[in-house]
Amino acid sequence: MAEQEKGRDGLIAEIEKKITEAFEVFDRESNKTVDGREIGCIIRSLGCFPNEAEVQELLAKIEEPDGFVHLENFLRVMTEVLLDRRFQPIPEDVILHAFEALDENKCGYITKEDLVKHLTEEGERFTQEEMEDMLVVALDPETNTLHYRDYRTKLVVDETKIFPFNV
Amino acid sequence: MGSIIGAMGCSSSVADRRSENVIRAAILIQKWYRFTMARLEMRRRYSLSIFQSIEYADEQDQLQLSNFFTFMLDHCTHPESVSQIFTSPSAPQVVDEDLCLKEFEKKIDVPDSYYGPRLSFPLTVEDANALLHAFRNEQLLHARYVLQLLSETRRVLKEMPNITHLSTSYSKEITVCGDLHGNLDDLLLIFYKNGLPSEQNRYVFNGDFVDRGKNSMEILIILFAFLLIYPNDLHLNRGNHEDYIMNLRYGFTKEVSKKYKDHWKQILCLLRDVFSWLPLATIIDSKVLILHGGISDTTDLDFLNALERNKLKSLMRPPKSVRNRQDQMKKRIPTTKPSKHIANQHVAGKTQHISSSGFTEPPGSNLPPDPALKEWKQILDILWSDPRSQNGCTPNKCRGGGCYFGPDVTAKLFERYNLKMLIRSHEFKPEGYEISHDGKVITIFSASNYYEEGSNRGAYIKLNPELTPRFVQYQVSKFTRRRNLRERVGTIESSALKSLREKIYAHRSELISAFAQYDINGTGRISVNDWAAAMESVLQLELPWRMLRSQLAQMNPDGEVDFMSCFYDLKMGQPIKEAQPALAETLCRYRKDLEIIFNIIDKDHSGLISLEEFSQTWRLFTSHLGIDIEDDSIDKLVLSIDYNKDGHIDFNEFLEAFHVVHRLEKKATS
Repeated sequence: MAEQEKGRDGLIAEIEKKITEAFEVFDRESNKTVDGREIGCIIRSLGCFPNEAEVQELLAKIEEPDGFVHLENFLRVMTEVLLDRRFQPIPEDVILHAFEALDENKCGYITKEDLVKHLTEEGERFTQEEMEDMLVVALDPETNTLHYRDYRTKLVVDETKIFPFNV
Repeated sequence: MGSIIGAMGCSSSVADRRSENVIRAAILIQKWYRFTMARLEMRRRYSLSIFQSIEYADEQDQLQLSNFFTFMLDHCTHPESVSQIFTSPSAPQVVDEDLCLKEFEKKIDVPDSYYGPRLSFPLTVEDANALLHAFRNEQLLHARYVLQLLSETRRVLKEMPNITHLSTSYSKEITVCGDLHGNLDDLLLIFYKNGLPSEQNRYVFNGDFVDRGKNSMEILIILFAFLLIYPNDLHLNRGNHEDYIMNLRYGFTKEVSKKYKDHWKQILCLLRDVFSWLPLATIIDSKVLILHGGISDTTDLDFLNALERNKLKSLMRPPKSVRNRQDQMKKRIPTTKPSKHIANQHVAGKTQHISSSGFTEPPGSNLPPDPALKEWKQILDILWSDPRSQNGCTPNKCRGGGCYFGPDVTAKLFERYNLKMLIRSHEFKPEGYEISHDGKVITIFSASNYYEEGSNRGAYIKLNPELTPRFVQYQVSKFTRRRNLRERVGTIESSALKSLREKIYAHRSELISAFAQYDINGTGRISVNDWAAAMESVLQLELPWRMLRSQLAQMNPDGEVDFMSCFYDLKMGQPIKEAQPALAETLCRYRKDLEIIFNIIDKDHSGLISLEEFSQTWRLFTSHLGIDIEDDSIDKLVLSIDYNKDGHIDFNEFLEAFHVVHRLEKKATS
């Protein structure tokens, strides 16, 4: 029992250190504070997949009136998130299904127009900037289409190769 | 998770169900895409942290080196060569005041084969245009014109007060630019976007024109030329890099000596003086204070306006009274074994820096206040300080010089002088500018791609008569195609990691002993937590080590770090078999310092020094740092590199061998 407790404490301590590290990368003045707008990025860089609504919900709990977030508050809610394993990764096949759902005729690609329409007009809409960034990498310049199987593998491989830390 | 797609909506129609599926799919893709972008952003941010931490650690090293120069003077092996470069204010002037335009014209011949611009004084706008044109085509300005331009610049600067007062009333806007650091493309881009300086288009350049970039000389020439043409419309403030000792480390000295093989010495000597005559600050409409670094709780504008600014040729050489105190503090640093010792020294470096606040008189002493000390401290604070959001004024630990000033310090100064805004530069900002202290303090940084292609944007400020600042951002790119974020981050990251690995290699033995302390059973493996703690205790760079771990060291399946793996792929550029590991590591760590020192000893700038000079200096340097290296090991090494046995060694070639190569990177590029 005591050992189990110690194991859990050790786990919590380790998780807290990871959170602190990620937080401090965004803490420009080293004063244990970050801009609330960066919280989504910090949560995601810790291996979590929240959607925007979930980020906003979490932020609402900890954001100060001046728009900043203190480390201690972030630590409190984020440790909980990681212990409860919330915002789990999206399995690869699920992402593939999602692209397929946008590919009406099941031809293996999505046209630029369709992609822009779906992602900027539906769901948690992309900003102009996000859309442009995605298109630069995703589109086949010859055909102006997105071959989602290739695109997904490219991103996934890239991601696990260079950045494999997980909580 | 998979159920999101498969889940049926409440609606019964197929079309509704389809559109619901599409929305869910969109949400998923958006969520997934934002995740991958966030990870990319994290990599970009930590890469910038690596660059910045290493940059500031380097500034501390520079301060250490300055201490060594003093030490060298005291234990002189090369009295005149060292003292010539490192004497205090009253340095002997190779170029004296009387040697004016005519003299240079008589003494320095411009051959007919020279196809660059030819200047005649007084300069006109045509001359400035010719210079811009020539520099765009990578031509050099002939040394005669450089020297003439510099002596004219000095003459004009001498007439100027320490603090320049401007008003917006007679022209609509004033443009303020921050650090340029030898990036000529940024200056050309600013002129292209914002127009050339003129009576209608006034500029303030806020210091740090030189060092780091390749074209510091060209930037100075252009700025000085416009200063001579429009002395009332273009204003220059001194930065912490307008300092000849800083220039030894950060590249400007090297640039000048490469570009002007025959006259580099004269040019540098004159520049030392020109830099010391640069005004310290500019005030617009009595409301906006513009200076390079910042302020401290003792900053006194009246005092700054009254002092003789040209007395301080370099801030890296504190007045004697301060140096004596530093020496006393130095003695307290234990000098035992290399491993422990360096770590201690590092800590000492962080506290024993040339901060202003560190040098109050010891309690109980009734020494009269030293005027030289006060002048030095006042200038140091305005050229080296950084704003912080916490109240108070504390020593600038990262840089080792100046202080951190909080909103209360800003508010107090504003109240005392009835100011509205402080515009400063000095600090890298990813967006080229940053607003702090509730809008009262603005940082402006004009060198884009400062650390690496794509690392940051540059910016300048347009101030209108209402004194509302407007920011213009830009980024020079050598790529014709716009590179995507992924490519840009990749470049920045690998370059940052490269510098970090060099640091790791240079601290190899300390790191190994730090790891060993955690590895009680001698398995060669330690927990990630211990690994991160060991890395930080030795390198003190305040980096996210857990996150960087995957890039730096291997982990075995049960989650432990194989700590020796962080050295696996690192090796010396050209292995020299006579160099024992400990010696190689020391040479690697102090490569930059040694290069500077040898360059000073090498009076004729041939790149060669005698074996005797080499080993004498080496002994002095290692004893100054308290490094315990056997005498004969360096002798053996030195003998082995005197390839033609003529008693001289090419130190640049020698030191080049001691830079770290990452084996995998080599493979990837070959």
